[in-house]
Amino acid sequence: MKRVISNISLTARFGEVTALLGANGAGKTTTIECAQGLQRRTGGTVSLLGRDPETADATLRARAGVMLQDGGLPPAAKPVALLRHVARMFANPLDVDTLVDRLGIGDFAPTTIRRLSGGQKQRVSLAASLLGNPDVLFLDEPSAGLDPQSRNMVFELIRELRDTGKAIILTTHLLDDAQRLADHVYIVNRGETVADGTVPELLSAATSAQTGRTLTFEADPGLDTSPLARPGVTVEQTRPGSYRLSGALEPGDVRRLGTLLADRGIMPTSLHLASQSLEDVFLAISAETSPEPVPVPSVRAGVTETELP
Amino acid sequence: MSTSSLFVRDTPSAPAPLVRRVLAQGVYEASTMLRNGEQLVLMIILPVLGLVALAVTPVLDGFGTSRVNVAVPGILALCALSTAFTGQGIATGFDRRYGVLRYLATTPLGRAGLIAGKVIAVLAALVIQVAIIAVVALFMGWRPNPAGLLIGVPLLVLGAVTFTALGLLIAGTVRPEATLAITNLGWILLAAVGGIILPTAKYSATMGTIAQWLPSGALGEAMRAALVHGRVDVFAVFILLGWGILCSAAAIKWFKWN
Repeated sequence: MKRVISNISLTARFGEVTALLGANGAGKTTTIECAQGLQRRTGGTVSLLGRDPETADATLRARAGVMLQDGGLPPAAKPVALLRHVARMFANPLDVDTLVDRLGIGDFAPTTIRRLSGGQKQRVSLAASLLGNPDVLFLDEPSAGLDPQSRNMVFELIRELRDTGKAIILTTHLLDDAQRLADHVYIVNRGETVADGTVPELLSAATSAQTGRTLTFEADPGLDTSPLARPGVTVEQTRPGSYRLSGALEPGDVRRLGTLLADRGIMPTSLHLASQSLEDVFLAISAETSPEPVPVPSVRAGVTETELP
Repeated sequence: MSTSSLFVRDTPSAPAPLVRRVLAQGVYEASTMLRNGEQLVLMIILPVLGLVALAVTPVLDGFGTSRVNVAVPGILALCALSTAFTGQGIATGFDRRYGVLRYLATTPLGRAGLIAGKVIAVLAALVIQVAIIAVVALFMGWRPNPAGLLIGVPLLVLGAVTFTALGLLIAGTVRPEATLAITNLGWILLAAVGGIILPTAKYSATMGTIAQWLPSGALGEAMRAALVHGRVDVFAVFILLGWGILCSAAAIKWFKWN
């Protein structure tokens, strides 16, 4: 069996959005499936509301809502009828009509799930995960396939859930999602949590590491950019006519680029200087990661501040 | 702000009682089955056509007091095969592909509740099938052995559970397209030469012996022994029981949820 997770350690607290950020195949889904008890782990510890999810009973399952990445909705069902059915699994379900209104599901209530758009399916999946009003919520790629309006609607709902004290664990490969939503971000790469913290913490950590900025510009293809390279700064043509300088850029690098362009009489069609994004942090940290000698995976979901060591 | 939230409530999140969860799932799946046109053809139309065909042709002459009396037990066994094996197998295969099984397993229903719900759905659909076949058969002059009816009901339930386990075993181990092919082809083969609607004595000696050891032949023979002659075919019941235990154990061991 392939080892998908080797060294993931994370804690998700009540009243916080905890994001697992990483590329596809990094091990995010496997991690939260272990946390839900959907996959059997071969090692490490998982604690969901203080219990092991692999032996979860109905009471524990009622307290943990799950939105799967592939939705898990029967294609032949109609959204509202399906939600009413799932609501019957709970003793005190949320009012289906209110939830349907809140997520705009009523607009496509008579349509079978097979014919819904990706974003519409996502909203039904989200509603289904909320029906039991769970204390812990697992959302696997909640923003996938959402248009900007739906995304705002879903993000607002997630913030409201957080403000009511729930522990929300979500996965995303989109930095923007993590920046907009997460109180605590874990960067996951090749089955390991390589960094964690609040978004500002992660950004300042990376800036202090002097991996700095990027300078991109577009001009004629085939430009000789070798005079711009120096130790600590790399220059590359990302595609014909698009160039990128990255690394610990200094004012002199900007001057050298200006001189190079002026000497050759080239007016760039675009010129853009950007400071470190979370993406760069992610890439920089991923590249630095070396295998840990003692991998002990551990996931704790639904933890109150007082329980923390 | 948060005090007016939909998600702030006095009642904690809690599961519905087990019986209510399983019954809800059973009713939901049964109504899904009955709203599916292809399933209805398989579950109701084909068995009724089979009954009529057996009543108007001399195939079953010599096996009992009337053609209908010999035909009905086999047709009821065929109903169990249609619903439990082919119908539930295909539905579960596609639910598995779409992640429905995984999602429902995360709700308070859980994996065991989901399987129990499927068995209930099969039994509920079977009640409707039996009612329709019985009414049609009575109009055609069906006169079952009264004592045999008491034996027939638990037999049909045992058959349905066995075929459900077999259907789930296939649905849980191969791709849904393969499940579709295997369960449909299996339905045709078992119906034609599996000893389900035709007594195993109709076949050649070798074929007849093979059919007696199949779950289809066992259920067909046991149902005919009960409803035609009012007796328990102990050999057939043991064969059926063996298949039921074997298939359930295999399904529990090898069923993949995703």
